[in-house]
Amino acid sequence: MATIAKDAQPQTDRARRVEDVGQLSQFQLVWRRYKKNRLSVIGAVVLIVMYIMALFADFVAPYDPNEIDANHQYAQPSTIVWANGGLAIQGMRQIVDSVNFQIIYEPDPDVAHPIRLFVRGSPYVMWGFIPLDIHLFGVDAPPEANAKIFLWGADRQGRDLFSRVLKGAQISLTIGFFGVMISMVIGSIVGTASGYFGGWIDNIIQRLIELIQTFPFISLFIAIAAALPVTMPVVQRYLLITIILAFITWTSFSREVRGKVLSYRNADYTAAAIAAGASHWRVITTHMIPNAMSHIIVVASFAVPGAIAAETALSFLNLGMLPPAVSWGVLLQDAQQIKSVTLYPWLLIPLGAIVLASLCLYLLGDGLRDAVDPYA
Amino acid sequence: MTTFLARRIVYMVITMILASFIGFFLIELPPGSIVDLKIDPLRAQGGTVPQVPFEALKRRYGVDDPLHIKYWKWISRTLQGDFGTSFETDTPVAGIIAQRLPITFALTFGTALFAWLISIPLGVYLATNRGSIPDYIITFIQFLGIAIPNFALALILMVFAALVLRQDVGLGFFSPQYVGAPWSFAKFLNLLSNLWIPVVVLGASATAGLTRVMRANLLDVLNAQYIQTARAKGLQENTVVWKHAVRNAVHPLVMSIGYLLPAIVVGDALAGVILNLPTLGALYLRALQATDMYLGITILMMQCIMLLLGNLIADLLLAWVDPRVRLE
Repeated sequence: MATIAKDAQPQTDRARRVEDVGQLSQFQLVWRRYKKNRLSVIGAVVLIVMYIMALFADFVAPYDPNEIDANHQYAQPSTIVWANGGLAIQGMRQIVDSVNFQIIYEPDPDVAHPIRLFVRGSPYVMWGFIPLDIHLFGVDAPPEANAKIFLWGADRQGRDLFSRVLKGAQISLTIGFFGVMISMVIGSIVGTASGYFGGWIDNIIQRLIELIQTFPFISLFIAIAAALPVTMPVVQRYLLITIILAFITWTSFSREVRGKVLSYRNADYTAAAIAAGASHWRVITTHMIPNAMSHIIVVASFAVPGAIAAETALSFLNLGMLPPAVSWGVLLQDAQQIKSVTLYPWLLIPLGAIVLASLCLYLLGDGLRDAVDPYA
Repeated sequence: MTTFLARRIVYMVITMILASFIGFFLIELPPGSIVDLKIDPLRAQGGTVPQVPFEALKRRYGVDDPLHIKYWKWISRTLQGDFGTSFETDTPVAGIIAQRLPITFALTFGTALFAWLISIPLGVYLATNRGSIPDYIITFIQFLGIAIPNFALALILMVFAALVLRQDVGLGFFSPQYVGAPWSFAKFLNLLSNLWIPVVVLGASATAGLTRVMRANLLDVLNAQYIQTARAKGLQENTVVWKHAVRNAVHPLVMSIGYLLPAIVVGDALAGVILNLPTLGALYLRALQATDMYLGITILMMQCIMLLLGNLIADLLLAWVDPRVRLE
């Protein structure tokens, strides 16, 4: 009996699963399929952590990302040790090599400064309206010791790289995301109009799209960005680069949406809706957009990493975000000199951040694509 | 066919005219005129600068003209084959571009060939050995190839070459001692040692993308009924795959030619800058950074023409490869 019951178990399981499919919402069905792609779920989790850290960057970062410190130029990542029943960083002595005129650091094994949580440090204004001076972690050291914790080392001006990468994430992770969001909205509206109404509207829109697509993506992006004045304030520059990104990428969205809408336009249920006297607005909002939505989201999730890479590349070339704004591309400018990278390899850490974010976004897109496709 | 070609060409000309408006407007957009760029260094050198040569400069470049006059002057000279002068180097734009075109051309075709030679057989292998361990490994590597931005890959490989292989990097194609030297075996070896990074960087995403598409398409085709028929007739599996299936799966590869032509003109601009390659892409970026407008607009327009031509050629090739495609 026991063996029979064992054999029957998966069957009833399967039967139950098939049974409740009819009661699940589309979102639940997508979620059920999405969970099966482990790699994609991991990617999504990593992304969520990255975005949360970016959101609380000022708090998580131990120092002000633009704080210049002549005593810690090119300071290497702190050595973390276990001392006096807690984590601590080893003391460092700065030595100027009088032969090569190079600053080198020598560990001081006798000195250890304990790492503490929620320490008071440089003041900042969280999200532009909450003035605070509490940081997630920091070192507890007397001021004369001049000790700082550098998880990822410091750059040429002694600025903490960890704090800078976090601050850079605020720009680099969002500019591509918002750019694609705007472009998705424009692309959906234009694409739906184009596919649904057809005729001369479609003709004009398609010719306009072809005209914009005559320009290679990155060349157009660079040409427009090069026109932004250098003296422009950071926020304004951020907004404009987002808009430029949206302006360049909406065309491919619009094509995708148009293709989908064209196929739904000829479906029987659309004919039925129109025969029943539904208005254009109703047909579009209840039949066209919800049907195309899953496809739009998938296309968007693949577009975000491209947009992030574009911003980073542009900033790297000094055409995107400019210092004092901190973005991953700006940070990578320091890594352009191979000589300094060989001496101070931690300058490459922002590159790791870009690759990780890009990889996770692609994994997310990959999982979403398989999850929303009912035939997969 | 003839009407198709004629209509496409007329259409291309119209698109180019509109694109030239937009392109010229964009390149003209950055604040500060070309003459300012010339005057500022002179001013910085010292004291008062006579006004007379500036007036000549201003007239020569038409700085004070309204936009449509500027456009007209530029387009009429361009159509006569005079692309203007680079402000940075004071040499004709046509000469600068001609100097860099062959190497950009060679690099683009080299990497495209590399991508095709790898992606077609690899895609076929992966599709016919679906779910095998190599399939998983290669799919993952491909994923990396697509997900890592090209300029990031360029930096990674450069650092790898510098730190692990102890190679001098960022020199372009030749180490300094070989730059002016006559061709020799040593120079050839030197070229190879410097060439692998650009080829891998430029070819990686293309190879990864094409392999992925090739695999997916072939998987679709292999499920088709005519493949079953071919097998049922007792054909060799090789014949079935290569003669019946692959031929029907190469469409995306043919379409990718459309992107190849504009790439000849720029290559990968960012990777070009990072790797210090003498390509047109790197030149285009520098021209935009330095607001060297005639150089910038010429390269931009060349890209547009190449994109249109590339799409046309891809359509024609597709009709040639696949009789089901009709040119209307």
